[in-house]
Amino acid sequence: MPYLFAAFCAIWIVLFLYLLSLSRRHRALAREVEALRQMMEQRAASRSS
Amino acid sequence: MKKFEPFADGVLPWLTGLAMLAALAMVFLYVPTERVQGVVQRVFYFHLPAAWMTFLGFFIVAGASASFLWQGDRFSDLLAQAAAEVGMVFCSLVLITGSIWARPIWGVWWTWDPRLTMVAVLWTIYAAYVLLRVLAGDNELIARYAAVLGIVGVLDIPILYVAVRLWRGIHPKVERMAPEMAWTLLVCTGAFLCLFAWLLWLRLRSLSLRDEVAALRRQALASS
Repeated sequence: MPYLFAAFCAIWIVLFLYLLSLSRRHRALAREVEALRQMMEQRAASRSS
Repeated sequence: MKKFEPFADGVLPWLTGLAMLAALAMVFLYVPTERVQGVVQRVFYFHLPAAWMTFLGFFIVAGASASFLWQGDRFSDLLAQAAAEVGMVFCSLVLITGSIWARPIWGVWWTWDPRLTMVAVLWTIYAAYVLLRVLAGDNELIARYAAVLGIVGVLDIPILYVAVRLWRGIHPKVERMAPEMAWTLLVCTGAFLCLFAWLLWLRLRSLSLRDEVAALRRQALASS
């Protein structure tokens, strides 16, 4: 029984850590896209004024 | 990619969750305990689907890499990268669960059985592929070298299958099983297939976003 428990715990830990890393990377990229878009918009606005 | 978005973001996570719950219920409540190995044999219902998802992931890497070398399209390259990473996650699960199962059954955590060795080789090949892609960034030449590695690496899978027959390994072979066991394996495989598709989608979306960041940076530099 302890081996069965260990195996299923390991599965869920690996999957949870991978999902966490995916989510962190995605959030960081989304923030960067947003910041770059805002920068481009500000530049375009300052050029037109 | 856009047309899959409603399904992949709205339906797939729920489908994966429900399928996983059904798989767990079948493994712990439905399937009978195997007579010889006891309860630890239940690891098999997650170990084997994880192995199949590993092979699926690495076959996708090989196919997408071939398409990238042939046509040079960006989507194939991204698909290969995403499938390699997801395949590595499942390959790691195969090695971990196999090792935990081996301890009470064989008395050791690891043995240099042909099939185990070939899985370790497979893991190493695709770990090299993932590392190469991470370290090289957007280098086109490295992407091509990695694509060749992604194609050559998949040749390990047929060797892995014949390894038991060729070198008389001790890894068990599935020949016949009770209907309850077959149904449980089927449900677990379905759950792992949903999980594989969902993880692949998430990684692919993240890689596309990375491309978008690179394009925006270039645009920002050009306009400054």
